[in-house]
Amino acid sequence: MMNLFIYDQTFEGLLTAIHDAFEMKINPDKIVSTKSFQDDLFAAKYKVVTDTEKFDKLWNLIKSKSSEQNCQRIFKAFLSELTGIEIIIYNYVQLIVETDYNVELDFSKDAVLKLNNIQKKVGRESHRVIMFTRFQKTIDDIFYASFDPKYNVIPLTISHFRSRFTDQKWIIFDTRRKYGYYYDLERVREITIGKNKINFENGKIDEDVLHVSEKLFQKLWKNYYDSINIKERKNLKVHMQFLPKRFWKYLPEKDFKNNVKKRVLIP
Amino acid sequence: MNNYTVNKLKILANAAKYDVSCSSSGSNRPNSGNGFGDAAPWGICHSFTEDGRCISLLKLMLTNFCIYDCAYCVNRKSNDIPRSTFTVNEVVNLTVEFYRRNYIEGLFLSSGVLVNPDYTMERLIQIAKELRTKHNYHGYIHLKSIPGASAELNYQAGLFADRLSVNVEIATEKNLKMLAPDKNFQSIFHPMTAIQHRMVENKEERRKFRHAPQFTPAGQSTQLIVGATPDNDKHILSLADNLYSTKHLKRVYYSGFIPVNPDDKRLPAINEPPLKRENRLYQADWLLRFYHFSIDEIVNDTHPNLDLEIDPKLSYALRNPWLFPIDINKADYETLLRIPGVGVKSAKMIIVSRRYRRLTSLNLKKIGVVLKRAKYFITCNELKSEGVNELLPNKVKEILLTENKSKRMQRSLYQQLRLFPLN
Repeated sequence: MMNLFIYDQTFEGLLTAIHDAFEMKINPDKIVSTKSFQDDLFAAKYKVVTDTEKFDKLWNLIKSKSSEQNCQRIFKAFLSELTGIEIIIYNYVQLIVETDYNVELDFSKDAVLKLNNIQKKVGRESHRVIMFTRFQKTIDDIFYASFDPKYNVIPLTISHFRSRFTDQKWIIFDTRRKYGYYYDLERVREITIGKNKINFENGKIDEDVLHVSEKLFQKLWKNYYDSINIKERKNLKVHMQFLPKRFWKYLPEKDFKNNVKKRVLIP
Repeated sequence: MNNYTVNKLKILANAAKYDVSCSSSGSNRPNSGNGFGDAAPWGICHSFTEDGRCISLLKLMLTNFCIYDCAYCVNRKSNDIPRSTFTVNEVVNLTVEFYRRNYIEGLFLSSGVLVNPDYTMERLIQIAKELRTKHNYHGYIHLKSIPGASAELNYQAGLFADRLSVNVEIATEKNLKMLAPDKNFQSIFHPMTAIQHRMVENKEERRKFRHAPQFTPAGQSTQLIVGATPDNDKHILSLADNLYSTKHLKRVYYSGFIPVNPDDKRLPAINEPPLKRENRLYQADWLLRFYHFSIDEIVNDTHPNLDLEIDPKLSYALRNPWLFPIDINKADYETLLRIPGVGVKSAKMIIVSRRYRRLTSLNLKKIGVVLKRAKYFITCNELKSEGVNELLPNKVKEILLTENKSKRMQRSLYQQLRLFPLN
């Protein structure tokens, strides 16, 4: 019989599920969130009730068996939201807990390598958000930027923006997951916004709420971008590799295209 | 700020683009809670131009008017080009507004010489000072030290900037004098040494008084033009090595010569910039800084130039086959770094992973070692295959080069097969 654990989609929930599995000595075949759960007649189902005490207990155990950094790695891997990430984390945590030495850097172990490859990808995506975020200034002096990152990385970028843009209000919004963060000069809090005034396709704000100077600075930036290029050294391959096309629609220097060209499919 | 500024920006960014330095790393200027900006110790790129270079800093000339007439420079006084000058306010405003929109990590400001060196330098300092004091800006600032400016002004500049730089441009003094009659080595190395001494003093001060102001926390850098003169790679790398060890430079940049003044008879006629050579020089530079190589292991009197076909580390290994094979499970860190196909990251990971078990080629592959190259130079926990000593260096080189070529062939073949343009 297949063992199926169902949790509430939160990180605390997942660690509670792993905690329960250890305690009941059951090897889960699948751990799924309530959102992606499809009823399976032949599976033994375990509904996990998120419990911060259990979470803390396991979290501290992982920390004592490995390191603080390692905990961060697990959290990053979780943010990938990949299908099956729960079992990858389960296997990794099991290995960490059961091995008598700190196994976090033993890359000859499959579970270590798998988790690390995923958390690295998430780390890279969050770095890309830090690189390619472009704020647009609004009439009420809020700097707005939106994004649809491959992984749920916005939480990883907040401390960076928080320590950098301390004297301006800003919003960073994930249009794919429909949530974001707003900094009001005092604290950062989670927000949701409706579609009015913002084009979720390209992150552009409607012109009537843009600050008067915004267009000029976008134009200045675009002109700077074009002038700094050295034509004799043209290297489009490297250009595309470093500046993936999926980000172009957010970049004023790449014309801020209204509609991204659709790929012509070969019939 | 208006459309007039757009034009100025075009002219003065265009004038600054041949300076390749764009790094924003190495500083540490945490935001103290008021103002904005935060110069992180690691640099961040914010965009990439079509030439594949990263944009991290707003790279500008304060003015492209110049009293000098250097043959390799687009802004020399004898060129008939549109000229312009920014006001202090314009540069400050552009930096602040671009930074707030997350377009840039900071400002890189250079300048042609206007009136005299001190006059120009004073303006650069004023911009940095206004950013730091009036706007409470904690982002990155890189200033060019104008050759001939007074020591006092260099000192002031260093208090506001994260990095100062003086460009050497040409690797030998004889050739420098030929191309830039107004310059000599003394006028370049004198300010460099002064900045260095000041940095040493500052370090000492900060040890005694924690709150003593920082002086150029990201150090100084310089640039060498490659291919404008007959200087060979040994000249260039020896100078770089010398600058790293005696002047403690953070970076030496190499800039492939682009014929901006094609009519000048003192310069070689070339069709395209020597990008491959520039790339090899950077690789050699890395070997000097991160791989514990010494200069004569890379270039020497018998091999004064780097091999353009293969990278300098592979070239070193093929010239010294008796040092191989290296045992992955026993060799120390420095020795591991000598293996072609093993980088700093994989060498560190090998050290960490082999604590748990003896490594096989499968482990190495997972770690990220480029086995295609490394396999001729190592032994691991496996039966030995044919290495550089059995096949002989020439054969190994041939194999690696043909492998590369066939890969490229396949790629172009694939491109030919596409009947309909994608995108």
